[in-house]
Amino acid sequence: MKLSIFFLFIVIIFNFTGLNSAENNDEIKNKISKNIRCLICQGQSVYDSQSDFAISIKLIIERKLNEGLNENEIYDFLKNQYGQWISYDPEFNKKTFILWISPILLFLIGGAIIVRKFIVQKL
Amino acid sequence: MLANQIGYYSLISGFFFSILIIPVSIKNFNNKNQIIDNKIFSISFFQFFFVLVSFFGLILSFVNSDFSNEAVFNNSHTTKPLFYKISGTWGNHEGSLLLWLLVLTLFIFIFLIKSTNQPKKYRILTLLFQQVIIIGFFLFLLKTSNPFNYLFPIPKEGLGLNPILQDPALAIHPPILYLGYVGSSIIFSSSLAAVVEKHISTVWAKHIKVWILVSWIFLTFGIMLGSIWAYYELGWGGFWFWDPVENVSLMPWFCLTALVHCILVLEKRLLLSSWTVILSIATFMLSMSGTFLVRSGILNSVHTFANDPERGIFILIFLFTLIFFSLAIFFIFHKENNQKIVEIYWLSKETSILFNNWFLMYFLSVVLIGTVYPIFLEVLSDEKISVGPPFYHKLIIPFLIPFLIFMSIGPNLNWIKSKVKKINIKIILSFLFSLLISLLILRKIGYVGLINTILILAAFYLFFITIKDFFLKKFKNYSQNFSHFGFSLLILSILFNSILSSEKITNLKVGEKFSFREETIIFESIESTENKNYKSIIGYFKIKDKQNNSIQLKPELRIYNQPIIITSEADIKTTLHYDKFLVMNLVKDNEYFNVRYQIKPFMIWIWISTVLIIIGGLLSLFKRLYEK
Amino acid sequence: MKNKKKGSKDSKKKKNKIIFSVLLLFFAFCFIVLFKGLNNSNIYVPKEKTEKILKSFTSKDLYLENKISSDQIFVDSEFYVLNIWSSWCVPCRAEHPKLMELSKNKSLKLIGLNYKDNPKNAKKFINEFGNPYFMIITDKNGIISIDLGAIGVPETFIINKDKKIIKRFLGSLNEKSLKEINLILK
Repeated sequence: MKLSIFFLFIVIIFNFTGLNSAENNDEIKNKISKNIRCLICQGQSVYDSQSDFAISIKLIIERKLNEGLNENEIYDFLKNQYGQWISYDPEFNKKTFILWISPILLFLIGGAIIVRKFIVQKL
Repeated sequence: MLANQIGYYSLISGFFFSILIIPVSIKNFNNKNQIIDNKIFSISFFQFFFVLVSFFGLILSFVNSDFSNEAVFNNSHTTKPLFYKISGTWGNHEGSLLLWLLVLTLFIFIFLIKSTNQPKKYRILTLLFQQVIIIGFFLFLLKTSNPFNYLFPIPKEGLGLNPILQDPALAIHPPILYLGYVGSSIIFSSSLAAVVEKHISTVWAKHIKVWILVSWIFLTFGIMLGSIWAYYELGWGGFWFWDPVENVSLMPWFCLTALVHCILVLEKRLLLSSWTVILSIATFMLSMSGTFLVRSGILNSVHTFANDPERGIFILIFLFTLIFFSLAIFFIFHKENNQKIVEIYWLSKETSILFNNWFLMYFLSVVLIGTVYPIFLEVLSDEKISVGPPFYHKLIIPFLIPFLIFMSIGPNLNWIKSKVKKINIKIILSFLFSLLISLLILRKIGYVGLINTILILAAFYLFFITIKDFFLKKFKNYSQNFSHFGFSLLILSILFNSILSSEKITNLKVGEKFSFREETIIFESIESTENKNYKSIIGYFKIKDKQNNSIQLKPELRIYNQPIIITSEADIKTTLHYDKFLVMNLVKDNEYFNVRYQIKPFMIWIWISTVLIIIGGLLSLFKRLYEK
Repeated sequence: MKNKKKGSKDSKKKKNKIIFSVLLLFFAFCFIVLFKGLNNSNIYVPKEKTEKILKSFTSKDLYLENKISSDQIFVDSEFYVLNIWSSWCVPCRAEHPKLMELSKNKSLKLIGLNYKDNPKNAKKFINEFGNPYFMIITDKNGIISIDLGAIGVPETFIINKDKKIIKRFLGSLNEKSLKEINLILK
């Protein structure tokens, strides 16, 4: 019993550490470029855009992948160069924690209101 | 020219009538008559009629390429095909607002005619509240966004409509969408009127349900059209990008869906009346906020209209005036319906609807906060961040799992109270069956991550429960059945499509080929032709598979002359099993073309399932109308 | 008995008033923020919190066609103005007269970075409009510009004696930018 729980635990951990089946560089490049904003376009990702900037960024991503950087390192590099705005995935830091936490908070508050005001155990 | 004058003066006449309604209605409100004065019907008809004439005047100006009209000059061109000249009427900011007005005035007139079984005072109050909105729009139009501005000297040619907007789906997408948004204005006005007149009752619920359904159906359909257009037209193979303008149409949809369910509880048991009113207010306020966000230039998006802060300020003030106004009315006039405490048994249909609303409000908050947070952050701390798909996926997808499960269990519960025993067998059997199917499928496609796995399981569970209900319940509730089944199919299609899609992007010269996933893609030839307002370059590609079957895909590049824009039209081969998607782009300075080839399984099922969801709504609507 | 009922009604009214006021304050706050947000421009200028040191890169001279490293170009103790331009870029033509003006300034060296361009077209451009540059190097695929953190073309960087990028101009140079450059050079 304990052994099976342990294995289940390992499975879950492996899930959240992002150990995916090997994606080739092309797939990773597309994945990254979908999450990077094209800075001179009106709300397009680098993946969607055909602008010079987008093409250059895609080249850079390819080069960095060939140099051996992983996904997170490439995001960090681009964010260092251009600022947070270029990444569509907002970080979790003291300026953005409200962004991530308030929907969850509202969810919990909503649940509390519903249970307190309406739900009864016995009719 | 004449059309322009007629259009403008009709608009003014309509405005005049909109003001006239107010004193006439107030008089009728206060007198002892039990019925609405015929004068009110006439005046509201004329209000609509003159806006209609005005709208036709604008259409005529576009059709005639009358460039003395500024809107026509900015948005049209003599070489535009006729169909797109007409749809160009509402494809621009001013024309689209005129369309808003048209639907606003039409709907209130229909409301007056169709509500004869409701109390007079409630109907007049609804009219008055709606007039506040209508007059606001008239002022907005006449003051900042006049569709009939006169240009002199008259230009010989227009600046052209964006060629990306020349598409049939996009031509009807705004009108359908506006029918949804504006329908929610009726719900808004009538909820407020019902609050003031203490008319929140099962009679009112039954009557407003039709409007809620109509609004919801149009909004769902409109959103679907937008996604279809994005998929077929924009050339990147996606259909939803969590772009602010897309989010802005999704937010009222969450509220409307919650309302569709909430009104059932109100109708059956006269509970949740305050919440229903709050939802009604919120739906329309979100529609209005949407209008603000996309037309004011405050957001950066692919879809934005021409940015103009003056318009933004007007809508902002208008929007917050409405918010303050409705809050004030709610708090002044609303009174708790029952003296006794509301009791909802934990295992009942009411609870499942409460949970549905709870989750929908959560989804709404995710989308709302994600969309407006960057604005707030920038104003308060001068830092610019982007909130895109990763954020929405992370926060929404896990919550879909319990949402789907509640959707499966909820319809099977009874009103007021369900017995625990009765449910056990059905639940376990369906669950086991879903588990089996999920495992079989996962065996075939491989491991997809923990959350996705559970999500597939939950979606299949809903899928099989709705199928079971369809055959065993003998058509008792087929409208809800259709919609829930459609929703399960939608989640499954989106999931499998996203997991199983693959693509290859490469640069090719004519005559070259590349291989991908047991297929060979050969770039056979290109063909250049000169069309009316663009030059077209069509690439002929042959896709050969292992058994030597081949299909041909012909993506097209269009180089427009007015304004100078290059667009790429993807060619898509659709079957029930997959879509094969090919798009090409120019590579600068080269005879090379950048070719993007995607295999997208189950794409068409996404649209089919959305249509099923809409059919569910239509079934409910017809049942309601037939009962009357 | 009656007092109790009246009491609970009053407390409910009070509760409602509080909720109403809170909501009112919240929406007033939203209104102010959105109002201010309207006036913010949408053009993104990455913040230069710290001055970045110019990273080394290799490029090609447009005319001599030899490989050259940035260390050879950006020799110490000079002010450099690095201008990214292309023959196909319309705003570059607009700013060209300003560049000619700038090239007369003896206390700086104007380097042109030819971005994603055909060398023939670039040379034609220079022949037609004049050469303001001390040296022109090429960035055929745009990677050098990205490494500099450039967003598009035209873009101009001011590099000081310590090889630090101290100022950046997005878009074409105008009177105002020239004045700023002169101020920096003092």
